[in-house]
Amino acid sequence: MRLLTSAMVLMMSAGGALAQDSCAAGKTLEDGVLTIATGNPAYYPWVMNDDPESKEGFEAAVAYAVAGEMGFSDDQVTWVRSSFDEAIQPGVKNFDFNLQQYSITPERDEIVDFSAPYYSAAMAVLTTEPVAAGGATPDLDSLAGLKWGGVASHTSYGMITGVIQPDSDPLLYGDNADVTEAMKARQIDAALFDLPTALFLAAVMLDDGVVLGQFPADRSENPDQFGMLFEEGNPLKDCVDAALESLKASGRLAEIEAQWLAEATGVPVIE
Amino acid sequence: MTFRNEGRGPALTRRQAYEARLRRRSNTIAALSTLAVVVAIVLLVPLAPRWEAVKKSFFNWDVFARTFPGLLEAFLLDVAIFAWSAPLIFGLGLVIALMRDVRSPALYPLRLFGIVYTDVFRGVPVILVIYLVGFGIPGLGLPRPWNSPYIWGTVALVLTYAAYVAEVFRTGIESIHQSQRAAASSLGLSEGDTMRYVILPQAIRRVVPANMNLFIALQKDVALLSFIGPVEIFRQAGVYKSLLANFTPYVGAALIFLAITIPATRYADYLLARQMKARN
Amino acid sequence: MVWLQAKGLRKSFGTNVVLDGIDLSIDRGEMVCLIGASGSGKSTLLRCLNLLEPLDDGEIRLDSVDIAEPGLDPAPVRRRIGMVFQSYNLFPHMTAAENVLLAPRRVKRMTRETLLPEVTELFRRFGLEDRMDHYPDQLSGGQQQRVAIVRALAMKPEMMLFDEITSALDPELVGEVLDVLRQLRAEGMTMVLATHEMGFARELADKICFLDRGRILEEAPPEVLFSAPKEERTRAFLSRVL
Repeated sequence: MRLLTSAMVLMMSAGGALAQDSCAAGKTLEDGVLTIATGNPAYYPWVMNDDPESKEGFEAAVAYAVAGEMGFSDDQVTWVRSSFDEAIQPGVKNFDFNLQQYSITPERDEIVDFSAPYYSAAMAVLTTEPVAAGGATPDLDSLAGLKWGGVASHTSYGMITGVIQPDSDPLLYGDNADVTEAMKARQIDAALFDLPTALFLAAVMLDDGVVLGQFPADRSENPDQFGMLFEEGNPLKDCVDAALESLKASGRLAEIEAQWLAEATGVPVIE
Repeated sequence: MTFRNEGRGPALTRRQAYEARLRRRSNTIAALSTLAVVVAIVLLVPLAPRWEAVKKSFFNWDVFARTFPGLLEAFLLDVAIFAWSAPLIFGLGLVIALMRDVRSPALYPLRLFGIVYTDVFRGVPVILVIYLVGFGIPGLGLPRPWNSPYIWGTVALVLTYAAYVAEVFRTGIESIHQSQRAAASSLGLSEGDTMRYVILPQAIRRVVPANMNLFIALQKDVALLSFIGPVEIFRQAGVYKSLLANFTPYVGAALIFLAITIPATRYADYLLARQMKARN
Repeated sequence: MVWLQAKGLRKSFGTNVVLDGIDLSIDRGEMVCLIGASGSGKSTLLRCLNLLEPLDDGEIRLDSVDIAEPGLDPAPVRRRIGMVFQSYNLFPHMTAAENVLLAPRRVKRMTRETLLPEVTELFRRFGLEDRMDHYPDQLSGGQQQRVAIVRALAMKPEMMLFDEITSALDPELVGEVLDVLRQLRAEGMTMVLATHEMGFARELADKICFLDRGRILEEAPPEVLFSAPKEERTRAFLSRVL
């Protein structure tokens, strides 16, 4: 009987509309439902086990926290999957917002809208033990001598060519898995990822992976900040920004970051 | 009886005059209907509700101007990969085709290899071969520079396309009439010499148009090497796309491809038409 | 002097029996004409003599060696026996001269320079000296067939086989090809012809063989066979074609 009652409560709340005074009322794709997009697959530690509904993982947790701030219950959140291309194509979107480590850049901002940043990513150098043993050190001179790789759709490419300026042309790949595969084949020595991703790849995807060093997250030039992506002109953006602001003010965002991205300490900083 | 047509070249026969009239008429109709379709597209498409958004994402002049030189430079890599792959494909394709033509029972393993080879490599998607060869073989522990994605990506392209080219060559070899072999045999030529001097030169010439089409496809598939690292035009366009959140660089890349493939396709068609004419 | 002796030649394509026990002897310098309806086995017999088709059964003795022995390398035999086909079968991607030079160069390993004088002489003999650098499709049918004959002769064969070599020609071109045969005949070449040119066969042949359903039904000198055929089927055939 108790089970039945709670199930009914669940169903009612899932179907229920938002309170009229909520900022997000009438601004979502479907009334009373917040549709959030993530990557396919979604990676650790941003989403654990590729299962955002578990609320586990940094981005999953942030998404539910933002939804809660805007007055959505957990059951009013649905997830869809999208690629970067789907996110920026012109035309009707199938999500209210999309979070999958999108770096905010002025050029992207012309086509789509971004929320206020929810994470400042330190960029980290992923490499392997043989390369580190071969004398690679976390300074620009040493790094420039390595063979570099990266994911083509990431902003890291600009940093490789702009900051590291390697001696030979970097190789680019479609996704994280291809980069690690090229690293296993010793076709590249090093790749640039945001620090949490680099740590994950070094620990899980590579047998002999090492995070050699990180670039400071708050560097003045080209800070790499993640924002939630909206269709250009989506009015929901202001509500999400307000929600993020209050999460920051209350310290909740820092808590979530500490819970899921805590390992990020102890990696040497590249000057 | 002819119509006099003073000062305008030789007089036309009645038939020629009639046909000229007919031709003028059909040209006019073709021009008018083409114009109507173009006008309809130009007028109607911008009326679509999100045309402005599409235009900004796909046909953005500023983005185009900014990225086109970089794309053109990246395209040089495609051209280079094509240039060193094509002769290898031609050679390997020929070898495989000849393997399939071997008649001696002692060499049956060669023939079997040829058959299995063409079946496998025509049946497997190119991209899988590129991944498997491009990451897999270097992954076995080859030292630099022998693990380069350029080398193994090229190997993957060559393996795949040689299977198609081999089939084309085989069709060509089989299309040479048996009487040519008979004539060569009657002169005492060995099977090898018959193939080399009599059959192959004719077969290769005969399948030039079919091979042209394959090599046009190759020119496009070179872009698949980008999956294993090389930053060629397709990947460069992808980088620009991510950077600028705009698809226009792909349109630029497509234009560069078309600038190569359309003339090449036309030329292949022309060769084919000429061949048909010569045979009739 | 018997130069080539064929005995009991048999050949079938599937269930279709094409040669059904052929015996034939050819003397050096002799000219033998094979006549008979289409499908009677004339072409197959010639192709078997040149080992282009493997025989099912029977033997062919050339200088008392059995060349029809299964498994024997046919190439040395083919070098001694030249063959010309109904459809010329010139190599279309080579000039007339290259067509002629190919086999001596590749088979006999002779150089173009040593060959050229005698090949030029062959072209000249058959009135083709100004056609040496033409491609087959630039030549008339009669010229192509003469080049094909020159091509076979360049290998210096001891015997020539002609498989209805005038059948594909326009009537006005037949004469120039037959003239070549007359010339060869005068030079003493051993020849076997499958032909429908009865007048020509009558004029020049030493021996006429009438083939019918894969057998040599009747064999006689032309003046005998044409004027007094013994077999009813020979008479019927001759009455149709003469």
